[in-house]
Amino acid sequence: MTTTTDGVFERQDDFESTGDPIHRTRKTAMWVWLGSEAFFFGAMISTFLLYRHATNGGPGAEIFNIPFTSASSFVLLMSSLTMVLADHAFQRSDQRQGRIWLIGTALLGLTFIAGQIFEFSEFVHEGLKISTSPFGSSFYMLTGFHGLHVAGGVLMLTMLIAFSLRGRLSSDHGMNVELVALYWHFVDIVWIVIFTVVYLLQI
Amino acid sequence: MSTASHAHPTPKTYWLIALALAVATAFEIAVPYIDALDPVRAPLLIAFGIAKFVTVVAVFMHLKYDLKGYRYLFAIGVVGALVVFGVVLVVFQAL
Repeated sequence: MTTTTDGVFERQDDFESTGDPIHRTRKTAMWVWLGSEAFFFGAMISTFLLYRHATNGGPGAEIFNIPFTSASSFVLLMSSLTMVLADHAFQRSDQRQGRIWLIGTALLGLTFIAGQIFEFSEFVHEGLKISTSPFGSSFYMLTGFHGLHVAGGVLMLTMLIAFSLRGRLSSDHGMNVELVALYWHFVDIVWIVIFTVVYLLQI
Repeated sequence: MSTASHAHPTPKTYWLIALALAVATAFEIAVPYIDALDPVRAPLLIAFGIAKFVTVVAVFMHLKYDLKGYRYLFAIGVVGALVVFGVVLVVFQAL
Protein backbone atom coordinates (compact mmCIF):
# COMPACT_ATOMS: atom_id res chain seq x y z
CA MET A 1 0.00 0.00 0.00
CA THR A 2 1.24 3.49 -0.81
CA THR A 3 -0.02 6.76 0.55
CA THR A 4 -0.50 9.61 -1.88
CA THR A 5 -0.23 13.32 -1.21
CA ASP A 6 -3.97 13.87 -1.32
CA GLY A 7 -4.52 11.68 1.74
CA VAL A 8 -5.64 8.49 0.06
CA PHE A 9 -3.96 5.15 -0.25
CA GLU A 10 -3.88 2.61 -3.02
CA ARG A 11 -4.60 -1.04 -2.43
CA GLN A 12 -2.04 -3.56 -3.55
CA ASP A 13 -4.60 -6.28 -3.97
CA ASP A 14 -6.34 -4.73 -6.93
CA PHE A 15 -6.85 -6.95 -9.89
CA GLU A 16 -4.53 -5.04 -12.14
CA SER A 17 -1.64 -5.00 -9.69
CA THR A 18 -1.91 -8.65 -8.62
CA GLY A 19 -3.17 -10.01 -11.90
CA ASP A 20 -5.37 -12.33 -9.87
CA PRO A 21 -8.56 -13.05 -11.81
CA ILE A 22 -10.03 -14.93 -8.85
CA HIS A 23 -10.00 -11.69 -6.87
CA ARG A 24 -12.19 -9.88 -9.37
CA THR A 25 -14.44 -12.90 -9.97
CA ARG A 26 -15.20 -13.30 -6.26
CA LYS A 27 -15.81 -9.61 -5.79
CA THR A 28 -18.06 -9.49 -8.85
CA ALA A 29 -20.00 -12.49 -7.52
CA MET A 30 -20.42 -10.71 -4.19
CA TRP A 31 -21.82 -7.58 -5.87
CA VAL A 32 -24.21 -9.69 -7.95
CA TRP A 33 -25.39 -11.44 -4.80
CA LEU A 34 -25.82 -8.14 -2.93
CA GLY A 35 -27.85 -6.86 -5.87
CA SER A 36 -30.13 -9.89 -5.60
CA GLU A 37 -30.40 -9.32 -1.85
CA ALA A 38 -31.59 -5.78 -2.61
CA PHE A 39 -34.46 -7.35 -4.60
CA PHE A 40 -35.23 -9.62 -1.65
CA PHE A 41 -35.43 -6.82 0.90
CA GLY A 42 -37.22 -4.54 -1.58
CA ALA A 43 -40.01 -7.13 -1.83
CA MET A 44 -40.15 -7.52 1.97
CA ILE A 45 -40.34 -3.74 2.55
CA SER A 46 -43.07 -3.46 -0.11
CA THR A 47 -45.03 -6.18 1.68
CA PHE A 48 -44.73 -4.33 4.98
CA LEU A 49 -45.97 -1.11 3.40
CA LEU A 50 -48.92 -2.97 1.90
CA TYR A 51 -50.00 -4.27 5.29
CA ARG A 52 -48.89 -1.43 7.54
CA HIS A 53 -52.49 -0.52 8.39
CA ALA A 54 -53.80 -4.11 8.55
CA THR A 55 -53.58 -4.53 12.31
CA ASN A 56 -56.80 -6.55 12.81
CA GLY A 57 -57.52 -4.45 15.88
CA GLY A 58 -54.15 -5.36 17.37
CA PRO A 59 -51.18 -3.11 18.02
CA GLY A 60 -49.68 -1.15 15.13
CA ALA A 61 -46.78 1.22 14.65
CA GLU A 62 -47.74 3.14 17.80
CA ILE A 63 -45.94 0.53 19.92
CA PHE A 64 -42.57 1.26 18.29
CA ASN A 65 -40.01 2.51 20.78
CA ILE A 66 -38.19 5.01 18.56
CA PRO A 67 -35.51 6.09 21.07
CA PHE A 68 -34.57 2.44 21.68
CA THR A 69 -34.53 1.52 17.98
CA SER A 70 -32.55 4.70 17.28
CA ALA A 71 -29.87 3.52 19.69
CA SER A 72 -29.79 0.12 17.93
CA SER A 73 -29.51 1.86 14.58
CA PHE A 74 -26.62 3.94 15.85
CA VAL A 75 -24.86 0.77 17.07
CA LEU A 76 -25.21 -0.89 13.64
CA LEU A 77 -24.08 2.29 11.88
CA MET A 78 -20.95 2.45 14.01
CA SER A 79 -20.25 -1.22 13.30
CA SER A 80 -19.77 -0.20 9.67
CA LEU A 81 -16.99 2.12 10.83
CA THR A 82 -15.24 -0.62 12.82
CA MET A 83 -15.65 -2.99 9.86
CA VAL A 84 -14.07 -0.61 7.35
CA LEU A 85 -11.22 0.04 9.81
CA ALA A 86 -10.70 -3.74 10.14
CA ASP A 87 -10.59 -4.07 6.36
CA HIS A 88 -8.11 -1.19 6.18
CA ALA A 89 -5.88 -2.79 8.85
CA PHE A 90 -5.80 -6.17 7.10
CA GLN A 91 -4.95 -4.50 3.80
CA ARG A 92 -1.93 -3.03 5.63
CA SER A 93 -1.19 -6.55 6.98
CA ASP A 94 -1.76 -5.26 10.51
CA GLN A 95 -3.25 -8.47 11.89
CA ARG A 96 -3.50 -7.34 15.50
CA GLN A 97 -5.28 -4.07 14.72
CA GLY A 98 -7.50 -5.82 12.22
CA ARG A 99 -8.51 -8.43 14.79
CA ILE A 100 -9.37 -5.73 17.34
CA TRP A 101 -11.67 -3.98 14.87
CA LEU A 102 -13.22 -7.31 13.81
CA ILE A 103 -13.96 -8.16 17.45
CA GLY A 104 -15.44 -4.67 17.91
CA THR A 105 -17.65 -5.16 14.86
CA ALA A 106 -18.84 -8.57 16.07
CA LEU A 107 -19.65 -7.15 19.53
CA LEU A 108 -21.61 -4.25 18.01
CA GLY A 109 -23.47 -6.77 15.82
CA LEU A 110 -24.30 -8.88 18.87
CA THR A 111 -25.50 -5.75 20.69
CA PHE A 112 -27.83 -4.99 17.78
CA ILE A 113 -29.19 -8.57 17.82
CA ALA A 114 -29.69 -8.42 21.60
CA GLY A 115 -31.59 -5.16 21.14
CA GLN A 116 -33.79 -6.73 18.49
CA ILE A 117 -34.57 -9.73 20.70
CA PHE A 118 -35.50 -7.35 23.53
CA GLU A 119 -37.66 -5.29 21.17
CA PHE A 120 -39.46 -8.38 19.86
CA SER A 121 -40.12 -9.66 23.38
CA GLU A 122 -41.55 -6.25 24.35
CA PHE A 123 -43.84 -6.24 21.31
CA VAL A 124 -45.04 -9.79 22.02
CA HIS A 125 -45.71 -8.68 25.61
CA GLU A 126 -47.81 -5.84 24.22
CA GLY A 127 -49.82 -8.24 22.07
CA LEU A 128 -48.07 -8.05 18.71
CA LYS A 129 -47.23 -11.60 17.61
CA ILE A 130 -46.37 -12.83 14.15
CA SER A 131 -49.87 -14.31 13.89
CA THR A 132 -51.70 -11.27 15.29
CA SER A 133 -52.17 -9.45 12.01
CA PRO A 134 -50.73 -8.94 8.53
CA PHE A 135 -48.93 -5.94 10.06
CA GLY A 136 -47.30 -8.19 12.66
CA SER A 137 -46.43 -10.89 10.10
CA SER A 138 -44.82 -8.51 7.65
CA PHE A 139 -43.01 -6.59 10.40
CA TYR A 140 -41.51 -9.71 12.02
CA MET A 141 -40.63 -11.27 8.67
CA LEU A 142 -38.81 -8.15 7.49
CA THR A 143 -36.96 -7.26 10.68
CA GLY A 144 -36.45 -10.92 11.58
CA PHE A 145 -34.82 -11.72 8.25
CA HIS A 146 -32.63 -8.67 8.64
CA GLY A 147 -31.67 -9.88 12.12
CA LEU A 148 -30.76 -13.29 10.66
CA HIS A 149 -28.52 -11.52 8.17
CA VAL A 150 -26.79 -9.71 11.04
CA ALA A 151 -26.39 -13.04 12.86
CA GLY A 152 -24.87 -14.55 9.70
CA GLY A 153 -22.49 -11.61 9.54
CA VAL A 154 -21.43 -12.11 13.16
CA LEU A 155 -20.74 -15.77 12.35
CA MET A 156 -18.55 -14.76 9.41
CA LEU A 157 -16.71 -12.22 11.58
CA THR A 158 -16.10 -14.90 14.20
CA MET A 159 -14.63 -17.17 11.54
CA LEU A 160 -12.36 -14.36 10.31
CA ILE A 161 -11.15 -13.74 13.87
CA ALA A 162 -10.44 -17.46 14.29
CA PHE A 163 -8.58 -17.57 10.95
CA SER A 164 -6.57 -14.53 11.95
CA LEU A 165 -5.59 -16.08 15.29
CA ARG A 166 -4.40 -19.20 13.45
CA GLY A 167 -2.37 -17.04 11.08
CA ARG A 168 -4.51 -17.98 8.10
CA LEU A 169 -5.52 -14.45 7.27
CA SER A 170 -2.37 -13.06 5.74
CA SER A 171 -2.40 -10.22 3.25
CA ASP A 172 -2.84 -12.86 0.52
CA HIS A 173 -6.22 -13.61 2.05
CA GLY A 174 -7.19 -9.99 2.60
CA MET A 175 -9.91 -10.48 0.05
CA ASN A 176 -11.88 -12.57 2.54
CA VAL A 177 -12.09 -9.61 4.91
CA GLU A 178 -13.10 -7.32 2.08
CA LEU A 179 -15.94 -9.62 1.01
CA VAL A 180 -17.27 -9.97 4.56
CA ALA A 181 -16.97 -6.17 4.89
CA LEU A 182 -19.11 -5.68 1.78
CA TYR A 183 -21.73 -8.02 3.23
CA TRP A 184 -21.65 -6.24 6.59
CA HIS A 185 -22.05 -2.77 5.07
CA PHE A 186 -24.92 -4.09 2.96
CA VAL A 187 -26.69 -5.28 6.11
CA ASP A 188 -26.15 -1.78 7.50
CA ILE A 189 -27.63 0.02 4.47
CA VAL A 190 -30.64 -2.29 4.49
CA TRP A 191 -31.23 -1.25 8.10
CA ILE A 192 -30.91 2.43 7.13
CA VAL A 193 -33.86 1.86 4.77
CA ILE A 194 -35.84 -0.23 7.28
CA PHE A 195 -35.31 2.30 10.07
CA THR A 196 -36.52 5.16 7.87
CA VAL A 197 -39.43 3.43 6.12
CA VAL A 198 -40.69 1.04 8.79
CA TYR A 199 -40.04 3.05 11.95
CA LEU A 200 -39.60 6.80 11.39
CA LEU A 201 -42.15 7.25 8.59
CA GLN A 202 -44.83 5.27 10.45
CA ILE A 203 -44.93 7.23 13.72
CA MET B 1 -7.17 0.80 -15.02
CA SER B 2 -6.47 4.29 -13.82
CA THR B 3 -4.94 4.77 -10.40
CA ALA B 4 -7.68 7.18 -9.40
CA SER B 5 -10.28 4.43 -9.54
CA HIS B 6 -8.39 2.49 -6.85
CA ALA B 7 -7.63 5.31 -4.42
CA HIS B 8 -9.18 4.49 -1.05
CA PRO B 9 -9.77 6.84 1.89
CA THR B 10 -7.63 6.92 5.00
CA PRO B 11 -8.93 6.01 8.52
CA LYS B 12 -9.31 9.73 9.26
CA THR B 13 -11.79 10.03 6.40
CA TYR B 14 -13.69 6.98 7.68
CA TRP B 15 -13.98 8.55 11.15
CA LEU B 16 -15.22 11.84 9.67
CA ILE B 17 -17.78 10.03 7.52
CA ALA B 18 -18.97 8.06 10.57
CA LEU B 19 -19.34 11.32 12.50
CA ALA B 20 -21.39 12.81 9.66
CA LEU B 21 -23.58 9.68 9.59
CA ALA B 22 -24.10 9.90 13.35
CA VAL B 23 -25.11 13.57 13.10
CA ALA B 24 -27.48 12.74 10.22
CA THR B 25 -29.04 9.97 12.32
CA ALA B 26 -29.50 12.37 15.24
CA PHE B 27 -31.34 14.84 12.95
CA GLU B 28 -33.37 11.97 11.53
CA ILE B 29 -34.52 10.94 15.00
CA ALA B 30 -35.37 14.54 15.93
CA VAL B 31 -37.45 15.28 12.82
CA PRO B 32 -40.63 13.36 13.86
CA TYR B 33 -40.68 15.22 17.17
CA ILE B 34 -40.42 18.73 15.71
CA ASP B 35 -43.94 19.95 14.90
CA ALA B 36 -42.71 22.73 12.63
CA LEU B 37 -41.23 20.11 10.30
CA ASP B 38 -44.47 18.14 9.95
CA PRO B 39 -45.24 19.35 6.40
CA VAL B 40 -41.83 18.23 5.15
CA ARG B 41 -41.33 15.29 7.50
CA ALA B 42 -41.56 12.46 4.96
CA PRO B 43 -39.40 14.07 2.25
CA LEU B 44 -36.85 15.10 4.85
CA LEU B 45 -36.59 11.60 6.36
CA ILE B 46 -36.35 10.03 2.90
CA ALA B 47 -33.61 12.53 1.95
CA PHE B 48 -31.63 11.71 5.11
CA GLY B 49 -32.06 7.97 4.46
CA ILE B 50 -30.89 8.27 0.85
CA ALA B 51 -27.90 10.42 1.87
CA LYS B 52 -26.80 7.86 4.50
CA PHE B 53 -27.36 4.95 2.10
CA VAL B 54 -25.32 6.55 -0.68
CA THR B 55 -22.52 7.59 1.70
CA VAL B 56 -22.08 4.09 3.13
CA VAL B 57 -22.18 2.50 -0.32
CA ALA B 58 -19.78 5.02 -1.86
CA VAL B 59 -17.19 5.31 0.92
CA PHE B 60 -17.42 2.32 3.26
CA MET B 61 -18.19 -0.15 0.46
CA HIS B 62 -15.61 1.62 -1.74
CA LEU B 63 -17.98 1.74 -4.69
CA LYS B 64 -16.83 5.29 -5.42
CA TYR B 65 -13.25 4.07 -5.80
CA ASP B 66 -13.70 0.61 -7.31
CA LEU B 67 -14.37 -0.66 -10.80
CA LYS B 68 -17.40 0.93 -12.45
CA GLY B 69 -18.73 -2.52 -13.24
CA TYR B 70 -19.49 -3.10 -9.55
CA ARG B 71 -21.57 0.10 -9.50
CA TYR B 72 -23.67 -1.14 -12.40
CA LEU B 73 -24.18 -4.56 -10.81
CA PHE B 74 -25.36 -3.05 -7.56
CA ALA B 75 -27.42 -0.38 -9.33
CA ILE B 76 -29.30 -3.14 -11.18
CA GLY B 77 -30.25 -4.65 -7.82
CA VAL B 78 -31.29 -1.35 -6.25
CA VAL B 79 -33.24 -0.14 -9.28
CA GLY B 80 -34.85 -3.57 -9.56
CA ALA B 81 -35.86 -3.40 -5.90
CA LEU B 82 -37.39 0.05 -6.46
CA VAL B 83 -39.31 -1.27 -9.48
CA VAL B 84 -40.62 -4.22 -7.44
CA PHE B 85 -41.49 -1.75 -4.68
CA GLY B 86 -43.39 0.55 -7.05
CA VAL B 87 -45.17 -2.23 -8.97
CA VAL B 88 -46.37 -3.98 -5.80
CA LEU B 89 -47.69 -0.79 -4.26
CA VAL B 90 -49.39 0.36 -7.49
CA VAL B 91 -50.91 -3.06 -8.26
CA PHE B 92 -52.33 -3.30 -4.76
CA GLN B 93 -53.29 0.38 -4.84
CA ALA B 94 -51.40 1.12 -1.67
CA LEU B 95 -49.97 4.41 -2.85
